[in-house]
Amino acid sequence: MKGQKKQAKASSEENVEMKGDRTSSMETFGKVMRVIGRYKILLVLSIVLAAFSVILQLYVPILFGDAIDGIIAKGRVDFGIVTYYLSRILVLIILSSVATWVMNMINNRMTYRVVRDIRAKAIRRVQVLPLSYLDAHKTGDIVSRVIADVDQLSDGLLLGFTQLFTGVVTIVATLIFMFSKNVAITLLVVVMTPLSFFVAKFIADHSYVMFRHQTESRGEQTALIEEMVGSAKVVKAFGYEKRASERFAKVNGELKEYSQKATFFSSLTNPATRFVNSLIYALVALVGAFVILGGGLTVGGLSVMLSYANQYMKPFNDISSVVTELQNALACATRIFALIEEEPEKDCVEVPEETVSKGHRAMHETVSCGAKSGTVDIDDVFFSYMKDHPLIENYNLHAKPGMRVAIVGPTGCGKTTMINLLMRFYDADKGDIRVDGESIYSMPRHELRQHYGMVLQDTWLKNGTVRENINIGKPDATDEEIIAAAKEAHSWEFIRRLPQKLDTVLHEDSLSQGQKQLLCITRVMLKLPPMLILDEATSSIDTRTEILIQQAFDKLMEGRTSFIVAHRLSTIRSADIILVMKDGKIIEQGNHESLLKAGGFYAKLYNSQFSV
Amino acid sequence: MKQLGIYLREYRKESVLAPLFKLLEAFFDLLVPLVVAQIIDVGIAGNNRTYIISRVVILVLLALAGLLSSFTAQWFAAKASAGFGANLRQATFDHIESLSFTQLDRIGTSTLITRLTSDINQAQTGLNMGLRLLLRSPFIVFGSMIMAFTINVRAALVFVVTIPILALVVYGIMIISIPLFRKAQAGLDEVTGLTRENLTGVRVIRAFCKESDEVRAFDEKNEALTRLNEFVGRLSALMNPLTYVLINIATIVLIHTGAVQVNFGRIQQGDVVALYNYMAQMVVELVKLASLIITINKAVACADRVAQVLAVPEGMEFPEGSDAGDDSGMSGASAPAVSFRGVSMEYADAGDESLTDISFEAEKGQTIGVIGGTGSGKSTLVNLIPRFYDVSRGAVLVDGVDVRQYPKGALIEKIGVVPQKAMLFAGTVRDNMRWGNENASDDAIWRALETAQAKDVVESKEGGLDFQIEQSGRNLSGGQKQRLTIARALVKRPEILIMDDSASALDFATDAALRKAVRSFEGNMTTFIVSQRASSIMQADQILVLDDGRLAGKGTHEELMKSCETYREIYYSQFPERRPASAGQRPGLKEGALSDGDAVSAGQKSSEKGMTPDKTVSRNLKRNGSAADEAVRKNGKEAKA
Repeated sequence: MKGQKKQAKASSEENVEMKGDRTSSMETFGKVMRVIGRYKILLVLSIVLAAFSVILQLYVPILFGDAIDGIIAKGRVDFGIVTYYLSRILVLIILSSVATWVMNMINNRMTYRVVRDIRAKAIRRVQVLPLSYLDAHKTGDIVSRVIADVDQLSDGLLLGFTQLFTGVVTIVATLIFMFSKNVAITLLVVVMTPLSFFVAKFIADHSYVMFRHQTESRGEQTALIEEMVGSAKVVKAFGYEKRASERFAKVNGELKEYSQKATFFSSLTNPATRFVNSLIYALVALVGAFVILGGGLTVGGLSVMLSYANQYMKPFNDISSVVTELQNALACATRIFALIEEEPEKDCVEVPEETVSKGHRAMHETVSCGAKSGTVDIDDVFFSYMKDHPLIENYNLHAKPGMRVAIVGPTGCGKTTMINLLMRFYDADKGDIRVDGESIYSMPRHELRQHYGMVLQDTWLKNGTVRENINIGKPDATDEEIIAAAKEAHSWEFIRRLPQKLDTVLHEDSLSQGQKQLLCITRVMLKLPPMLILDEATSSIDTRTEILIQQAFDKLMEGRTSFIVAHRLSTIRSADIILVMKDGKIIEQGNHESLLKAGGFYAKLYNSQFSV
Repeated sequence: MKQLGIYLREYRKESVLAPLFKLLEAFFDLLVPLVVAQIIDVGIAGNNRTYIISRVVILVLLALAGLLSSFTAQWFAAKASAGFGANLRQATFDHIESLSFTQLDRIGTSTLITRLTSDINQAQTGLNMGLRLLLRSPFIVFGSMIMAFTINVRAALVFVVTIPILALVVYGIMIISIPLFRKAQAGLDEVTGLTRENLTGVRVIRAFCKESDEVRAFDEKNEALTRLNEFVGRLSALMNPLTYVLINIATIVLIHTGAVQVNFGRIQQGDVVALYNYMAQMVVELVKLASLIITINKAVACADRVAQVLAVPEGMEFPEGSDAGDDSGMSGASAPAVSFRGVSMEYADAGDESLTDISFEAEKGQTIGVIGGTGSGKSTLVNLIPRFYDVSRGAVLVDGVDVRQYPKGALIEKIGVVPQKAMLFAGTVRDNMRWGNENASDDAIWRALETAQAKDVVESKEGGLDFQIEQSGRNLSGGQKQRLTIARALVKRPEILIMDDSASALDFATDAALRKAVRSFEGNMTTFIVSQRASSIMQADQILVLDDGRLAGKGTHEELMKSCETYREIYYSQFPERRPASAGQRPGLKEGALSDGDAVSAGQKSSEKGMTPDKTVSRNLKRNGSAADEAVRKNGKEAKA
């Protein structure tokens, strides 16, 4: 938990700003209160219980003092008084403990459920946000909003609020109790306490320089470690170990010096403030003793004052840390609301209600999709990512069922834009795209997407088994079907070599790039939709494997309208229509032969491949 | 964990003095309630103002003495822990650099980096805390009890009963909840992972209409995490109220006992106050101790993980001394530069062999091309030459000597490696170039750069050889990095040069010029070129064609075009216009699906029996995947038997 929070703080500094990141804190607070909604009673109860238990706990030392006053000397102990106070104490501590316990339980429930609710909201919003939004924000940033910021919000805001409240109650109650015992001593304590703050601040300021040095040299060392350990194989390949070790030793020596000083200086804070407290304690003892002699205080009263003098500092420290915590939490809340209040895309897909499902409800809504033949018409489409940078203008394309459309061009020419439009990840600014004559803007997104099989450039695999990754498009597929598809996509060759075959759980690095792509192809192979979108699907697979895939795809593409994005010309020579794109625009269109004959950009691209 | 003690040995004195001074401070703390009791019993009861003042002065002196001994303790603790951390870091770093490739693969570099950074930092912090507090807190807890005994035995018995009960409650709850906290953390990691997945896979999720399923999967994990958190929370919610009740009941009993004792005249009122103070002091320390134990527990876990890394054996054995080196000198003159004799290789924890029964010889000065599909074992093959991995069967010989006979470091001296991933390091170009040869002259560096076609790259940079390369070479393009890594290997003037697909980012013209220059580079260098491009290896003296870990063919380009189906297939896919006209309009797209296992046998058989390629292909079409599996499995069995 702690680690997560630190990450959140660190990452929030470099994060991109979202639109709603700058709302006022009062407004945010209001929103938090609305989210808390049904837990509002719990919050009020928590605060009341906190105040109750704090006052009781502060009152107990006074009763102990009164009890001690009943113990005067040999034979002069008033057991009536002692027992009277002690039995009252017993009742009070039990009451206050029960109050604390109930309060803890309430806080637990409240914080964890608010966290759960906000996260559930967030994940639902993620499903319906326009891709333009998700593309514009770093994944890490959104993740830290959903995870770390939410934790910080619940810990900081809900508990911080309770703590702040109890801190104030503690200080006020302590002062009242102390003044009721003796005004002079109380004033003494009140005047002296700021001293320890000054001491703490003085040390913090001076150790800061040391910490900065330590951080710097630690950063230097980490950079070296990342290089030398991250590339340990290169180090070994060059027999560089000894020199690496020498370089490390140098940085390590510096770090040791700074680290030692930083640790030492910062560890002075506690003893120093403790010393100041001891001085106050001694003063209270001195003044207290003289006041007792003057008859203004009892011995029990002095022991109460002494214990208060010790405790009095604590709420101040608590409050100052709670205030920073609260500010932090509010900042986190703002970031969370910026995400969950972001406008969803228009006519977005439906996601399950927010009532958290108890147990597993496996319900697969299969969108009824009448079999499409796969005619795709693009009519007068205008599109741009940024208003002032027109990209696609007045574009027309008519693909008959079974046609292969290849999209070609240098890297960064905007080939994926076509996919974004066809799959309706982005909406065209003007014009219409129709599938079998029906506008894709008038059919539900799910229905449209059911018709497409897609293999993207950056392969994405779930953190799950091989099977779960393949049957994503057809959850009820049998193992036989999966294996058959895998064989056709040539992924079976490596899957069968995995330790648990289809049940192998995949991690980030357990497959090579080529293998990941084969798996993604297998997904589509299993689903067999009427239209295909292949985005540089074979770009990081070697030519031979690529041919094998191509053969499988050929089979798959038979009778299916396909859009292929690739930078390898050999893989798209077979296309019926080739769209040549440059700088986001479609500059040429035709088949391989006609384009070669035309001698334009495509011909240049094609010939450059073999200019040895 | 215990073996980490040696890194503290240098700071033995500090490690003893730090807790000792801390105890001294605690001792002064323990005296305070006694002095206060004297103020009450002697000063107040006897109305003696000078006595009171003198006692208060003692209180101040005690505080001062406590402050000084605490400062001293902190100094020693900081010195010992910083020194320990530095020693441990150095040792761990050196050990990691000595690990074999297999071990590096197994542990993973990101794990190693964590061990070396945050884990050791935590261990260092833990040690610092431990030195300062681990003795102090128990000392005060038991010290309070002992002081209570000096005041009154009956009252002290309250302490004797209270301490174990409190300890039991505090540590009992802790011991039960720590593993639960760990579980909750794992649950949070899962929710984090799912969130990330939903974002990185958003296009796929939407394309497959999986939004609702993803939300449900998330809800499930989210709910599980919440329930776990609430469960753990219920347990730790008990901690505070329970200890509070226990402590105060103990205090009630203490005061009552004190009252009885005062009534008998065995102690005085001030003593009761002192007992009350000792109880309070003890409680504070007990709570501190609990949080200290959590910190130290974490630090110990971190230290354990570091110790595990240190305990990993280097993973490769090398012969002692230099006798093997002499051997290599003897047989080196006439022997082939590299020879593989029936080599098979299986990575640790892999399900299957990555290389199977590879044999070939590379004469000195030859250029060897290695070609094959993804995962066909090209990199594995060349990684065996510098003994980055050990073979599972067979032997790899360099200059006629088994690579396992070379003493540590002797083999790598002969070989220049250009890894697949072009990796450069923070520092000047010169620093990077000198990786293989510490004393290389600028002249030698420029010659290597020229050969690697990187001369213009360096010349175009400000400062030339003094140009500062950033971490991982991120201020250079992929092609520039590749050329510089080739130059880096050449600066070493190796006998054997290995280029593992290291020209992939170069255009065809540069690639060709590079190959030509490397061929005429000084010395009789044996060169291995791994590539997916037929054009890169066509000119090689010998080409090794790999297919699914087997040698599908070896020979020159011309020989392989005649005899090796796999090679032909690769070649025509990249040079479709050179395919004989009879092969059809859509080259490589309509012919049969060659399964990896098949390709080997089919290719060989077709050449033996003089079959036409077309027939082979159509036959292969019928024998699809499952037949290929069968063939591979059979081969595997034979090989094992």
